[in-house]
Amino acid sequence: MPQDKNRQFLDFEKPIKDLFDDIEGLKQKAEKSKLDLTDPIKKLEERVLETRKAITQNLTPWQKVQLSRHPDRPYTMKYISKLTTDFVELFGDRNVKDDKAMVGGFASLDGQTVMMIGQQKGINTKARQLRNFGMANPEGYRKALRLMKLAEKFNKPVITLIDTPGAYPGLEAEERGQGEAIARNIYEMMRLKVPVICVIIGEGASGGAMGIGVGDRVFMLENTWYTVISPESCSSILWRSWDQKEKAAEQLKLTADYMYEFGLIDGIIPEPVGGAHWDYDEAASLLKPYLINTINELKQMDPEERVRKRIDKFNKMGFWDELPA
Amino acid sequence: MKQEEDFEANLAGEDGQGEEAKRSWFKRIKKGILTSTAEKKETPEGLWSKCPECGYICTMTELRENLFVCPKCNHHHRIGSAEYFEIIFDDNKYDVLFENIRSKDFLHFTDLKSYGKRLEEIWSKTDITDSIRIGKGTVKGLHLMMGCMDFEFIGGSLGSVMGERIARAIDVCLEENIPLMIICKSGGARMMESAFSLMQLAKVSGKLSQLTDAKIPYISLQTDPSFGGISASFGMLGDLNIAEPGALIGFAGPRVIKETIKKDLPEGFQRSEFLLEHGFLDFIVPRKELKEKLATVLSLFKN
Repeated sequence: MPQDKNRQFLDFEKPIKDLFDDIEGLKQKAEKSKLDLTDPIKKLEERVLETRKAITQNLTPWQKVQLSRHPDRPYTMKYISKLTTDFVELFGDRNVKDDKAMVGGFASLDGQTVMMIGQQKGINTKARQLRNFGMANPEGYRKALRLMKLAEKFNKPVITLIDTPGAYPGLEAEERGQGEAIARNIYEMMRLKVPVICVIIGEGASGGAMGIGVGDRVFMLENTWYTVISPESCSSILWRSWDQKEKAAEQLKLTADYMYEFGLIDGIIPEPVGGAHWDYDEAASLLKPYLINTINELKQMDPEERVRKRIDKFNKMGFWDELPA
Repeated sequence: MKQEEDFEANLAGEDGQGEEAKRSWFKRIKKGILTSTAEKKETPEGLWSKCPECGYICTMTELRENLFVCPKCNHHHRIGSAEYFEIIFDDNKYDVLFENIRSKDFLHFTDLKSYGKRLEEIWSKTDITDSIRIGKGTVKGLHLMMGCMDFEFIGGSLGSVMGERIARAIDVCLEENIPLMIICKSGGARMMESAFSLMQLAKVSGKLSQLTDAKIPYISLQTDPSFGGISASFGMLGDLNIAEPGALIGFAGPRVIKETIKKDLPEGFQRSEFLLEHGFLDFIVPRKELKEKLATVLSLFKN
């Protein structure tokens, strides 16, 4: 987690930045003049918490999209390290290469061995390039599938953490069958004999997200989005301009509240006040009980029943009119 | 050079022409073309037809007799479900199923136009009810359930109705033990249905998994174009994945890839032949051999 002085702020987080500046000012003043300013500093710090809350109470869909992309937001590896112990990272798709945008491996969650899989974004410029901004290539999806099959073989639950602006739209990606790789994952995840839990922890963009997004339970963290296309691309296609992303985000109804209301996800997981980027430990500890409880619940079912219910759940999704035949 | 097609424009329910092509020197004072789209099919109408690939001009009758394949350069013209059904089903006889399942504007999605209005407009212009039609019939005496996309209906986009019609077709396949073929022709998911359209990828894949358990064959025929959510789900999940010659098939559209990698794309990129070379197609089948080959394959599965 970044130290307070290294934090980055979105434009609507500016009031918090101002408070931070005030606190920093008081601290310097206290040091210089040897005055005891503990009380006023404490008061300001309380106001930081209040402001965090106030700011995130009435966010527009587009602001939620911005929060989901907050540069200080915790990514998959961070969650894995905070949620589990004994994480053993496993690399490669046994075919082409190791995709750094997709990570995974066995880990222990409260004593239960699980397979953790997720897209990984980079935390600085160099890492972002290495991780390809969380956009996996076909080998990333195939690596994920290999790990899921490994988990299935040893009867371990699968947990996927989703955070991607989309599957990588590159030339080699097409040569190696990006569409086929995602399709295969969706199909195989549908049939996986072990419990599968998916959590959108940041961006859930389209097929790139769904490629590791088919589960018995699909959750979204509070400040995330999940839909068929990014608001920017949607704007460029339907509005013929890149400037309507706010409008597109509204029209797409891509936030967790809507997704839950529509019955397309199974639950919303709260984040620390103001967003997951304020406290990684708290973010993980809010998520953890959902994972443990859901695994215990899913383990009660036999595999055939789980798969049948998984298929049924997705089969109910959609809206249409049915005219009298 | 052939003008590059903009799939996304089709998904936006437009004709897919670039700004360049739309600019004109003369304005039409009176609305001149009064032909309703019901008569004006996806297939080129009129007395004469010019091949968009080689410029060869022939009569419509000649083109139709040639199954809408250019007699000179073998370019496969884009055709609709009615034409495919006629080409494949015996004696052009088949039952059309689930036409009563219709799209609706559940999300009240509005871009430059509301989705509801878009749907009303299309329905008033054509007798096609959504982007896929389900037909059940026989091919050389062998039963086949077929789903065929119509590109003229919002770019053949994948929405809830396509998902539901396929799901129900699969239920019939399971009940009656009939193989399934889906003819893909689509720009991808229907954005106006937002996440609901994305969920159709999972929905149809789940139903296909039931076909697998019942050991019922599923064939995916990809025609020009087959993109996005189609290729990221049932388009690529056939027991056999086959394609027409020269069809553009891929996950990301060529324009997006070009913008991403900032390089020109190689000749033949994302064409059927390219996919075959990279190992993603079982075979390419010219339209004129389609019925024959399909019947052979179906009988091989059966016997």
